[in-house]
Amino acid sequence: MSDLTRMTAAELAAAVASGETSAVEVTQAHLDRIEAVDERVHAFLHVDTDGALSAAKAVDAARAAGEQLGSLTGVPLALKDVLTMEGIPTTCGSRVLDGWRPPYDATVTRRLRDAGVVILGKTNMDEFAMGSSTEHSAYGPSHNPWDLTRIPGGSGGGSAAAVAAYEAPLAIGTDTGGSIRQPAAVTGTVGVKPTYGGVSRYGLVALASSLDQAGPCARTVLDAALLHAVIAGHDPLDSTSLDAPVPPVVEAARQADVRGMRIGLVKELSGEGYQAGVEQRFREAVGLLEEMGVETVDVSCPHFPYALAAYYLVLPSEASSNLAKFDGMRYGLRSGDDGSRSVEEVMALTREAGFGAEVKRRIILGTYALSSGYYDAYYGQAQKVRTLIARDFAAAFEQVDVLLSPTAPTTAFLLGDKLDDPLAMYLNDIATIPANLAGNPGLSLPAGLAPEDGLPVGLQVMAPALADDRLYRLGAALEAALLDRWGHLLIEEAPAL
Amino acid sequence: MPSITRAEVEHLARLARIDLTDDELDHFAGQLDVIIGAVAKVAEVAAEDVPPMSHPEPLTNVFRADEVRPGLTPEQALSGAPAVEDQKFRVPRILGEEP
Repeated sequence: MSDLTRMTAAELAAAVASGETSAVEVTQAHLDRIEAVDERVHAFLHVDTDGALSAAKAVDAARAAGEQLGSLTGVPLALKDVLTMEGIPTTCGSRVLDGWRPPYDATVTRRLRDAGVVILGKTNMDEFAMGSSTEHSAYGPSHNPWDLTRIPGGSGGGSAAAVAAYEAPLAIGTDTGGSIRQPAAVTGTVGVKPTYGGVSRYGLVALASSLDQAGPCARTVLDAALLHAVIAGHDPLDSTSLDAPVPPVVEAARQADVRGMRIGLVKELSGEGYQAGVEQRFREAVGLLEEMGVETVDVSCPHFPYALAAYYLVLPSEASSNLAKFDGMRYGLRSGDDGSRSVEEVMALTREAGFGAEVKRRIILGTYALSSGYYDAYYGQAQKVRTLIARDFAAAFEQVDVLLSPTAPTTAFLLGDKLDDPLAMYLNDIATIPANLAGNPGLSLPAGLAPEDGLPVGLQVMAPALADDRLYRLGAALEAALLDRWGHLLIEEAPAL
Repeated sequence: MPSITRAEVEHLARLARIDLTDDELDHFAGQLDVIIGAVAKVAEVAAEDVPPMSHPEPLTNVFRADEVRPGLTPEQALSGAPAVEDQKFRVPRILGEEP
């Protein structure tokens, strides 16, 4: 048996199903890998060794009893710490939830368990998913496996780093403005934000409810599709969950057929602010697609340059409301309750002690944008811009099947570089935010290494709502062509840890 | 003329129930001024006749059947509480009386 941690999720599931290996062996191999490297990577906030091994034993027992195994049964996974898991610490990267053990499973968690996926533990993230580097985690940053002095992206940097460092073949991320796709881009992995409403948000601790969406992180497009299929689908516990069939993502990833596809290159998502090597690898990938017979056209989305501004009004407004529940009364931290202080004083002391700088900034910004006198000029106007961005997408998709752009404007930057310059940090999501505002699905896959720094570059594919399968068709076809060219997956070029 | 003053940040923090330190107020006021200057870019878009979009989906109210289903037990619901008394959340004083 080759190194179990190097295998894809699809290969692992097949090996468990055939009896070539056991779920316990697979799980133990990944727990050993975590033990060996996570002190340096810091992808995990909590490793559930006992729970993972007991879930793996249950899989092996089910197989022994002749039960039918699913497409990912016995495959280990790392869960972003923003999704609840009954009895397991869930912090959202915040001190305010230090030690909290939720009394219920998120729907995503429940579906993973039901599918026999083995949850290894909870991954690090920027506090309440606010950030692009994991440096806003109250528990210290995660490190990029390609270069430990660099950021792994964020907010789901822990999930991407776990996958890139072979600590898990799969992870769950959540994407509000790019938090699955940007970490995938900078770690040389695959990440997908499904159509808004495609995956239940029940048990996903809300950052911005109209933008948040959970999705898969993996090392291959097919693995991402297999995970997407397990977690997606209507959930009555989430009123924004779409009551529609799950797009045929696995079939699309297996077919990988792009013949006759028309792709649009978004004019506004290039040029100023984009690193030269990022644009170079992006253009080369587009050239490769053209060689495969894909027709490419230039497309203009004239309101995309306003997406970042609209996003940083919509998101803080929703976040300031969503995070009001962290008041020290019913769960989580309570600070300064000495018997003499009023409830309002204790709330203010709790939130001062429990929240980090970025969370405080965004709550204040949201409170400002929603205050009377500013509401129309800021939040109201941002909502109108959001409509125009959705119309840009609709117009583009009348001409083309998918849109392409670089995922992130740069490769992974050094830890500390942008920590005290919030606006510079926000610019990392300039290409990913439009899809969140409009609700469209997006995928990032590795397009190569930037020549100037040798770090991974991500290519983003965007599709119309509920056409997530197109992401996988194009993603898998491009992945196969690049595999052909390189002779291996990009991640295999990462230095040994 | 900054778009947001230190005094305004202090007021907003009070509304948001965050007891910021003086250092934080100094720091955040400058940073928020830069951020608000950048997000004000939305005003450049002519959008008088454009309807606002609060959400990607055209959903309105979503109802489910009114059926009794199992939920959390009181013990589970209180399991994360900072303080509990008589199967209730125990909170600091709410009314304005002096201790």
